[in-house]
Amino acid sequence: MATSTQPHGWRLAGRYALLIGVAVLVLFPIWVMVVGAFKPGNKVLQDPLLPTSVTLDTLRQAWRDGNLGRSLVNSTVVALLVTVAQVVTSVLSAYAFAFLKFPGRTFVFGVFLATLLVPFEATVVVNRETIQDLGWLNSFQGLAVPFLATAFGTFLVRQVFLQLPKDLREAARMDGLGHLGFLREVAVPLARPTLGALALFGFLSSWNQYLWPTVISTDDDWDTVQSGLRTLSQAQIDKPNLVIAGTVIVALPIFLILLVFQRQLVRGLTAGAVKG
Amino acid sequence: MSRRWRDAPLAVAFLAPSLAVLGAFVLYPLGRAMWLGHQRCGATGGNCQSNGWDQYIDVFRSDEFQQAFSVTVRFALLTVPVGLALGIGLAVLADKHLRGMGFFRTVFSSTVATSVAVASLMWFFLLNPSVGVLADWIGGVAKDPGLLRDESTALWAVAVSSIWANLGFTFIVVTAGLQSIPADLYESAYVDGAGGWMRFSNVTIPMLGPTLLFAGVVLTSRAFQSYGEFDLLTGGGPNGSTTSLTYLVYGNNSIIKNNDGLQAAVAVLLFLVLLVLSVLQIRGLERRVHYGN
Repeated sequence: MATSTQPHGWRLAGRYALLIGVAVLVLFPIWVMVVGAFKPGNKVLQDPLLPTSVTLDTLRQAWRDGNLGRSLVNSTVVALLVTVAQVVTSVLSAYAFAFLKFPGRTFVFGVFLATLLVPFEATVVVNRETIQDLGWLNSFQGLAVPFLATAFGTFLVRQVFLQLPKDLREAARMDGLGHLGFLREVAVPLARPTLGALALFGFLSSWNQYLWPTVISTDDDWDTVQSGLRTLSQAQIDKPNLVIAGTVIVALPIFLILLVFQRQLVRGLTAGAVKG
Repeated sequence: MSRRWRDAPLAVAFLAPSLAVLGAFVLYPLGRAMWLGHQRCGATGGNCQSNGWDQYIDVFRSDEFQQAFSVTVRFALLTVPVGLALGIGLAVLADKHLRGMGFFRTVFSSTVATSVAVASLMWFFLLNPSVGVLADWIGGVAKDPGLLRDESTALWAVAVSSIWANLGFTFIVVTAGLQSIPADLYESAYVDGAGGWMRFSNVTIPMLGPTLLFAGVVLTSRAFQSYGEFDLLTGGGPNGSTTSLTYLVYGNNSIIKNNDGLQAAVAVLLFLVLLVLSVLQIRGLERRVHYGN
């Protein structure tokens, strides 16, 4: 809740001045990048803060030399696979923990929770070995499979299921709905806002993966946008304007997605989206 | 079939996909890393042999591990308190019903949209001594050899990039925390004659307690797991001054790059360090769920 005292007159002007000043500071790095991305290669050092000369050539060349079209496709396919799979696996396992009775339920739930304690960074050495043994280096499977299920998602959806009124399941049973029917027609629709947040989160965390694709994609054709930026920055170390343009191209889709899905993002972050 | 077992087949079917993935890519690799970590390997990485568990102690005591550990802790100490303070500042600044506030909130949240690669390359460019704007303005060390190439400033420079990249996350979380503070608390403080600063320190900060704990724990855990910043901005250098624990395990310039046994040992030690943080993290989670949203 905002505070009840509203500023007036000079205080109001001061508040706006402060807001604008801080906004300029926060946006400053983004502004410099965008201006740089539209500069021709030989002008990148002139007027770094102002778009005095504008061209699309730099962006075009970064797109081509950085193989960014291919990287964007790879990232999109992998992120969509991960998103859909995380929602499905989380709903199924959350349903089992919330509505099914079976021996060892507490223990299995404990195992799920325990996986939250293992940072992905500690398992990459062995996971790379596993992916290599499966012959999945440089493939969609290799990039996506380790992330198809998360204990975090299970935990989040289970909380929603547990908060549904107990009578709901009883009433559904009276109407002849089995577990599958109840899951599809009652539980999932009621959990939709949380599933939206979970989906956005799965997508973002997959899209933003950095360490994993640099380890799994040894061939440039299998770079995601993140590891592709790394490849571009190493190949074009003497052409900073290309790297800048590539960075802007890669950043743009996520900015747009987040503008549209701000609400889901806030919900996801504040629900304790700890596995970044 | 007894009642106890009636749901069991369905439960197995529902849990199998998650258990398969978590088992194969979380639990198995952790166990295997623990096993690999105790093996002594030849200088080129091959020919690994079991030889007691004292390799963990040797690794822990080694100068390389100690330095990387110290870099990691200092990185967290540089980024977390400043990041939290800035996030609170922005959130309090934007916590008024004023015209255009939606725009400012979007701007303040915007860095959440930058991946580690995007944010790092932005700052690499800004700080680059030959083309960077910031390098020009700051001058001195920033111009020669460059903030990222000087041993005494490199970690600070990486920290600035990381603080900026995490600002959007902190702003969003703290804003949500502020919005859950009941307005009448402020009103009664106002009636009691509390000024702006008093209301901030006696109402806002205490009521934000759980939110700040949550944000602080997440930021700390992120700082300990940071990798891309070091890989893209400094490559662990100069002279190991930005070789974090993660960079020591995975970095291209790491001296243990080709030694699976040592890599696994450091990875397991990283896990143990993070275990303490993760326990706090889950406590924070439970708390939030407990209070609801």
